[in-house]
Amino acid sequence: MAGQTLIPAGDFRTSYAADTTVFPTTNSRNAMIAGIVLICFAPYVVNAYILSLLIQIGIFGIAALGLNIVVGFTGQISIGHAAFFGFGAFTSAYLSNRFGIPVFFCIPLAGVVTAAVGLIFGLPAARLKGLYLAIATLAAQYILLDFFARAEWFTGGSVPASAEPFSIFGYTLRGDKQYFYVVLAYVIVCYLLVTNLIRTRDGRALVAVRDHYLSAEIMGINLTKYRTLSFGLAAFFAGVGGGLYAHYNLVVSNEGFGIDRSIIFLAMIIIGGLGSIMGTLMGTAFMVLLPESMEWLSVALRGSPIDQFLGLKNNIAFLREMAIGVIIIVFLVFEPDGLAHRWRQIKAYWKLYPFSH
Amino acid sequence: MNTQLLIQLLVNGLVVGTLYGVVAMSFVLIYKATQVVNFAQGELLLIGAWVCWWLLTKYQVPFYLGMPITLVFMFLFGIAIQIVILRPMIGEPIISVIMVTIALSTVFSALMKWMFGVNLQPFPRIFQTQNVNILGLQVQTVYLMSLAVSVAMMIGMAWFFRLSKYGLAMRATAFNQQVAQSLGISVKSVFAMAWAISATVSAVAGVVVAVVNGVSAGLSAYGVKVFPAAILGGLDSVAGAVLGGIIIGLLENIAHFLDSEYLHWGNLYEIAPFYALIIILMIKPYGLFGTKDIERV
Repeated sequence: MAGQTLIPAGDFRTSYAADTTVFPTTNSRNAMIAGIVLICFAPYVVNAYILSLLIQIGIFGIAALGLNIVVGFTGQISIGHAAFFGFGAFTSAYLSNRFGIPVFFCIPLAGVVTAAVGLIFGLPAARLKGLYLAIATLAAQYILLDFFARAEWFTGGSVPASAEPFSIFGYTLRGDKQYFYVVLAYVIVCYLLVTNLIRTRDGRALVAVRDHYLSAEIMGINLTKYRTLSFGLAAFFAGVGGGLYAHYNLVVSNEGFGIDRSIIFLAMIIIGGLGSIMGTLMGTAFMVLLPESMEWLSVALRGSPIDQFLGLKNNIAFLREMAIGVIIIVFLVFEPDGLAHRWRQIKAYWKLYPFSH
Repeated sequence: MNTQLLIQLLVNGLVVGTLYGVVAMSFVLIYKATQVVNFAQGELLLIGAWVCWWLLTKYQVPFYLGMPITLVFMFLFGIAIQIVILRPMIGEPIISVIMVTIALSTVFSALMKWMFGVNLQPFPRIFQTQNVNILGLQVQTVYLMSLAVSVAMMIGMAWFFRLSKYGLAMRATAFNQQVAQSLGISVKSVFAMAWAISATVSAVAGVVVAVVNGVSAGLSAYGVKVFPAAILGGLDSVAGAVLGGIIIGLLENIAHFLDSEYLHWGNLYEIAPFYALIIILMIKPYGLFGTKDIERV
């Protein structure tokens, strides 16, 4: 555990424990704890609209975290993440409806089932790399979507499947305010799990596969195992996120798990920073707030010449889609390391203020 | 067994398949020359079709004039994409390049929806006669035109690569960029040219599809169908892409036939290529004609 409150100028880590510590200083640990405590009061401070945004950030943040494991840490490409997210949502609803399993257990179970499906589609990953893999995941996206439309026993077909509200020890949670804490708990647990994963041998093996898979293989890392494992892990978190999503909306329809949602997931981790855990959350927040802020902007501009020229009211959906694409391109060209990198730079600037160069 | 339907579907598959082949060919062209997987190929199709439609309906330009204008526009458009967006990405990791093309496809498809709406727009009639009788089979004129145009494009492409000086430069660049550069080939202009040609060829395919089915945002689905075709043939084989396209086109229609006659699962038509794709990747990851990567350390 780190004892000091400030990082010395330069890299002076002398022990292995200091190198793998989660929080470099006690201050950063205390700040994190304070932040979590503060956000616990959020339901009593903010209004319902902002609360629903926070819940969305949490849910999508968990799924995006899974994608970051496979793309950011292992360097594989997955374009079918939304389908796994959807699979988790349907599985969780199905388990609780069909077998009467309490929702509390359904969500992690959905994660496990989705992970199994992810492993099946991850099998090509054992042999393929780069482009071929990207295209295989694209096929997975379409095949799973087709499955959702086909399997009426599982998804309800064209009629949306209903999902039970979240309940714990016989006490049913109702409303956003109570559900917020469920999502918060899941976010904390998932992010801690992944932070820890990266510190273990398995986590470092994933990073080694990303950095140079041939060297990794020569050093005794089983490429097949870790590539497939990363897909399984990604699908697990997608499933957990999907389960939370199902029991938040209380209804799961076929809509919203298409390729466009997959692109949004990819955008989240690219904007947040590939291979950055806290960056994932920042990127998710960015991508959730982007369409909303465009909505606010269009309301603010109503009636102005810009509005008349662009026809904002009717075209806001297309403009939103375009904004997502443009943002991805802008980040890739100008800030490939994402918001996490920018945040580190801001911190470094203020740490040395006024003597930064 | 419904022979009439089967033959009709096989003809259909052949026509659609050659179109897939043309699009897959232009996809492979970009991949081979610049190592970029272009997820926006379908949108290039769409843009070409909309531009031509716009010229023909809004400005009443005759087809023989509108088509060349469209092609010139798409040629310049391809160069512009390469210079503005893809050139800064040279040397970036593969995921970044893929993401840029995915983002491009999002931007283009949204832009097209914004500018032209989401409804299907019929294309102005180009041929006087609707059907031609060949061996007792009623074949639509547009189908024949589509087939003829596709084959012409393929022959043109083959000529370009085998016999023209620029095609040679492009093949050299695909083989080894550094060596090509040191031999005095401008790799930059080869990259731009690859995008320009690919955009132009896609636009031709887009206009052909538009003439047959009308223009709508759904046209970009051709860009997705390209993947099974290109993977089947091998990502870096132009001839393989053409063959893969034809096979996928036939496969779709055979799946449709089996579905409507025997299985009645519904919608097998759309999903069959993706199952085929997964199976191909499992059995033969580098496709029928693709070069297998051999890595030495």
